[in-house]
Amino acid sequence: MKRLRIFLLAVLFLCAFGLPLYSATQEFLSVQVKEGQMRSTPSFLGSVLASLAYGDRVELIEDKGAWKRVAIGGGRVKGWVHMSALSTKKIVLRAGTADVQTGATSSELALAGKGFNAKVEAEFKNKNKNIDYTWVDRMEMLAVKPDQMLAFLKQGQVNPPEGVAP
Amino acid sequence: MRLPDHADSDRKGDHPSREHRDDPPLLCAGDKKSTSAVSKSIEEFTPEQEYYIGRSVAAVILNKYQPYTNQPANQYLNLLGQTLAQASDMPEIFRGYRFLVLNSDEINAFATPGGQIFVTRGLLRCCRNEDAVAAVLAHEIGHIQLKHGIQAIKKARITDALTTIAAESARALAPNEVAMLTETFGGAIMDITTTLINNGYSRSFEYEADNAAQTILRRLGYDPNGLVEMLVVMGKNLKSGETGFAKTHPAPQDRIDEIQQKLGIKYSRVQTPEARQARFTKAVGKI
Repeated sequence: MKRLRIFLLAVLFLCAFGLPLYSATQEFLSVQVKEGQMRSTPSFLGSVLASLAYGDRVELIEDKGAWKRVAIGGGRVKGWVHMSALSTKKIVLRAGTADVQTGATSSELALAGKGFNAKVEAEFKNKNKNIDYTWVDRMEMLAVKPDQMLAFLKQGQVNPPEGVAP
Repeated sequence: MRLPDHADSDRKGDHPSREHRDDPPLLCAGDKKSTSAVSKSIEEFTPEQEYYIGRSVAAVILNKYQPYTNQPANQYLNLLGQTLAQASDMPEIFRGYRFLVLNSDEINAFATPGGQIFVTRGLLRCCRNEDAVAAVLAHEIGHIQLKHGIQAIKKARITDALTTIAAESARALAPNEVAMLTETFGGAIMDITTTLINNGYSRSFEYEADNAAQTILRRLGYDPNGLVEMLVVMGKNLKSGETGFAKTHPAPQDRIDEIQQKLGIKYSRVQTPEARQARFTKAVGKI
């Protein structure tokens, strides 16, 4: 009984000093696409709460298979992002930042705008002047708006692609 | 395996192009021994880098084939294709999936690692309904999702690229290093386009893409028989030794067999809503 009392006192002591009995770590993910969307529900039909830019860091709050509930702005805005838009690697926009200098491995770090990038493409174009990128650029403009897609789904009696599990 | 009744296809014997398909492509990542080593380095490429690789692969393809600039056809393909992509296991890609019809009677389709997908008029003519077009596009999305294009890059070239990129993390590249990276880039583009246009993927990659396609179609409620019917029409239209699909893909009958056996689909005629058929006919019915 005495041992138990001592044990309980020790636990209370630890709690009083705010020492966690287990550690709760924050997990961050990076946006790995040019433009991401944070949605109200784990579905591409969910309304867009915020736009995310390439390299943005988000805090993981909830993991629901293919969809992740994340927070930005110090937790002020919370919403759902599909996992294919996110990376566990930290996406660094400039070489020579502290992360790079600490020698983080490439499994932890990705460099935005490095390696195969617009500059390399320009050099490649220079060496291959017969290759025309006009229609490569034009086809990028063929984005479908969400309301167009909804109308397309409805008209063709196609199921909405929501909550897809990996 | 019995063919669908309403569309008797000629059972062709082995045609010369089939020998080619048994040769491993430049990098046969379907080979399980090397897969783990290969896949680790593949993961090192970011979606952004895959996007730039994809752009140049697309440009090389468009150097060989003319775009079909018909706006309704391309709009239809993008409405359908981008919807299918959202139902895939990789709905998000650096700058989104984009689709374009190629002005060619050849039966062919190409997918780049950057999300650009091309389909020839010849291939669209093998489709009798939207479900068949959906199957074609879903198959190409499957190749991207499974990173088959990227795996066509020679291993040595991937190592070169990643080594230079790692160096770039600490400092800006010297001019000769930029030149080297550009050369590696050019080599990577060639590895991929050679696989897409000349050699084709391994048989297992093609079946994997068919499998991925079926998953996408099922999620959206498209009839998986659409793919079977398209392959039957293709089987009738493909000429022995023709470049394009015949050279770079398993014979249509082999794919039909694989779909029916592995995926357990018992063929029945495609059932498609009238509205779907109407918009298909309007957009690409007379392509």
